[in-house]
Amino acid sequence: MLKEIRIAGFGGQGVILSAHIVGRAVSIHQGGYATMTQNYGPEARGGAASAALMVSDQPVLFPYVTHPDILVVLSQEAYTRYAPEMKSDGVLLVEEDLVRLENLPPQARVYGIPATRIAEELGKKMVLNVVMVGFFCAITKAVDREACLKAVSDSVPERFRKLNTEAFDRGFQFGEELLLKGPAKEEQTVGVGAVESDD
Amino acid sequence: MHADQRCVLTGTHFINGDAACCEGALSAGARFAAGYPITPSTEIVERFSARAPQVGGLFIQMEDELASSIALQGMVWAGQKSFTVTSGPGYSLMMEHIGYAAITETPCVFVDVQRGGPSTGLPTLPAQGDMMQARWGSHGDYLTIALTPNSPQECYSLTIKAFNLAEQFRVPVMFMMDECVGHMTEKVVIPKAEEIEIYPRRLASKPPGEFNLFEAGEDLVPEMAHAGEGYKVYVTGLTHDKRGYPVLNPKAQHELVTRQFEKIRRAADELTIVETEEIEGADVVVVSYGITSRVAQRAIQMARDKGLKVGKLRLICVWPFPEKLIRELAPKVKALVMPELNMGQMVLELERCAGGKCQVISVPHAGGTVHKPADILAAIERGAR
Amino acid sequence: MSTTDFVVHNPVEDLLRQDRVPTIWCPGCGIGTTVNSFAHALLGQDIDLSKTAIVSGIGCSGRVSGYMNLDSFHTTHGRAIPFATGLKLANPELTVIVYSGDGDLTSIGGNHLIHAARRNIDLMVVCVNNMIYAMTGGQAAATTPGSSMSTTTPYGAFEPELNMPQLVDAAGACFVARWTSFHVMQLERTMAKALKKKGLRFIEILSPCPTYFQRKNNLGDALTAMVDYKKRSKIKHGCHTWETALEPGGDIIVGEFVDREREDYLTRMRRQLGSHYSEFPEQTEEEISEGACSEC
Ligand SMILES: Cc1ncc(C[n+]2csc(CCOP(=O)(O)OP(=O)(O)O)c2C)c(N)n1
Ligand code: SF4
Ligand SMILES: [Mg+2]
Repeated sequence: MLKEIRIAGFGGQGVILSAHIVGRAVSIHQGGYATMTQNYGPEARGGAASAALMVSDQPVLFPYVTHPDILVVLSQEAYTRYAPEMKSDGVLLVEEDLVRLENLPPQARVYGIPATRIAEELGKKMVLNVVMVGFFCAITKAVDREACLKAVSDSVPERFRKLNTEAFDRGFQFGEELLLKGPAKEEQTVGVGAVESDD
Repeated sequence: MHADQRCVLTGTHFINGDAACCEGALSAGARFAAGYPITPSTEIVERFSARAPQVGGLFIQMEDELASSIALQGMVWAGQKSFTVTSGPGYSLMMEHIGYAAITETPCVFVDVQRGGPSTGLPTLPAQGDMMQARWGSHGDYLTIALTPNSPQECYSLTIKAFNLAEQFRVPVMFMMDECVGHMTEKVVIPKAEEIEIYPRRLASKPPGEFNLFEAGEDLVPEMAHAGEGYKVYVTGLTHDKRGYPVLNPKAQHELVTRQFEKIRRAADELTIVETEEIEGADVVVVSYGITSRVAQRAIQMARDKGLKVGKLRLICVWPFPEKLIRELAPKVKALVMPELNMGQMVLELERCAGGKCQVISVPHAGGTVHKPADILAAIERGAR
Repeated sequence: MSTTDFVVHNPVEDLLRQDRVPTIWCPGCGIGTTVNSFAHALLGQDIDLSKTAIVSGIGCSGRVSGYMNLDSFHTTHGRAIPFATGLKLANPELTVIVYSGDGDLTSIGGNHLIHAARRNIDLMVVCVNNMIYAMTGGQAAATTPGSSMSTTTPYGAFEPELNMPQLVDAAGACFVARWTSFHVMQLERTMAKALKKKGLRFIEILSPCPTYFQRKNNLGDALTAMVDYKKRSKIKHGCHTWETALEPGGDIIVGEFVDREREDYLTRMRRQLGSHYSEFPEQTEEEISEGACSEC
């Protein structure tokens, strides 16, 4: 089943790498298919960063994400820009300290995480993207945990491996705990399994 | 011959088309390249400049594309496999040297990662607007071979193919990528070196004194000798005889140009490299190439879901155009639909070859993004009526 | 005994493609004279002529490569230097000489000249300066001296002319010299010296074009040109290249102006890359046949 995913934030948050890790996990360690595209040129200047992934168990044809099933945002700007494109029943993951939710798509299921703060607790703000990947992995189940962990370790230099694995685990744990509570907007709580279902 | 394992990055990778093209070139045996930075092609040489020195090669960033498109030919005549990489504006600057490579029968690869044009156009967004330029860009009469990959995997494997064809026919081969395949990241499987077939350079089989650099045998492709091998080669962009000496008369011109045409024309069947799906009994066949073929595939599925009989014909080698195939196909279908990221370039060839035997529907797009599958679907539906 | 037995073999002949004579050059043209000096200079070297390549662009001077019995490359207009750059880098064992005209090397190909000098690519560049685009019939060049006549300056040229030694010096060439086609011996010695150096060596040779430049400007024939060169030339070895500008009727400063040591491109590349660069020995026959075995 094809899933459209977009991860967006500002430059320096490691947005592109996080998409790369997910794509790698799917296509190398999980035997699936992932097509990653990213914005280049003027759009990619001025601090904005965004990467998109088409993930499937079949080869991906149309390469561009138009209406994400899963949107991950790490900045207010990214939220404002991409939230309206989301599928109406899409899943929205946010860096909760950086994004204020306004005009939320009516059926969206929202999950927040203070990824930057967690990364800072780990001693390196840089790893917030990997915290986010862990969180993404736990909430969406779009990619296996094991596959994702492998992709994390082969995407970072040896000496940062431990730190990044930890970052992933923290994000993952946070996600699992949150799942027990359900999405942020009480009234639209939908079983998370629905994200997985064929629709 | 097989690839040299020292240059092959065997394994499964998650890399973009540009990186894959670079690895393809290395697998094919190219350790030297000349180029000039231009988006969206630059990543190819950025990677190459890191990889090549590890295997005794190098990338030289020349002062412009005029320089890079001829420096690479110097590298070839020094005995190496070499390529250059560019996009629209740079490709335009290279045209004179594509002609030089054609007339001097210099085996090499020109990679054009196409972006929106004309002029500076859309530097970071895709188009397929240089397709005719790949065939007709340099002055005078010559034929080229042009390949169009539709995924990073093919950016790898077809780059090897491009080098192989260049050696086989002693021609410049145009590798027509586009921003979309160049910048998209996907799984790329690089096989073991011994599984990669390499077409070796056709080296002189006779000693100096008996050998003629432009004398061709049966298949019309001459053998090659390099500088420094004692052959005292003479290479000129002027019309020349079999020794390579300038001969400026109609007879020499006729002989040279017709042989250089014929060596490719004769191989038309071998150079019909396409991918087909359900074209038998189809009412409409969608003909496409490069990234557009993937978008077309989605439209084809949508049409089939609606019960239409739609076939797919993907051109992998666009030049020479698969003329015979189209001539045979046209009378059997109601319509041929051709989406492309230009205002209608290859469709002119399609029309010519279809010869009025069926409808030919162009689905033009000025570039900047890919087609909406719905637009291609609409054309399919029109053709099926 | 027939008289031919007394003909002395001229060793220079071996360096020329005998099957291509006569040349296309007009009687009195200075290009051939420069080639003679070049051939003598080459003969005096202990370099392997089968590993020596000559590269030209387009023009009367650009035809030189095709008359030399070396690996000859007649490329496109202005692009001899980048072709030669590729040739040299991909096979550093080669001795590579670029031989071309003033229009070719400094006008359409001027940018390549600058960058080859900057990079200090190991090439010897010989520029035959006849102050005009001769091949195309006598149009003005970047080197055409003030107020000279040419087919595109029917009222006299009015663009300032280029001082090649200064340009190439500023860009970083390790050797810069100028002679005229009158100075055959000096030219030969300078060429011999330059052939031994490593890096970009540039030699400008003023040379008459009786057919266009001399005729259009009523400068007489080739002999008159020689007399003129002799009279106006001042030998100033080592002088600053800003002093070498050519002025109509003024002194012609000749000599070896720049002779310095500078790391050439490949040496510097290898030093910079250090362990990032690895030699790539050709695979041995065994290794190759081993590869072939795995196929069966
Ligand atoms: C791209 C291009 N533009 C123009 C020409 C025409 N052309 C041939 S030779 C020449 C001038 C050559 O002048 P120079 O280099 O001074 O050589 P000369 O003939 O004077 O020795 C020109 C303009 C060409 N061959 N290619
Ligand atoms: S036209 Fe001038 S430069 Fe050319 S061959 Fe004749 S004399 Fe020499
Ligand atoms: Mg001239």
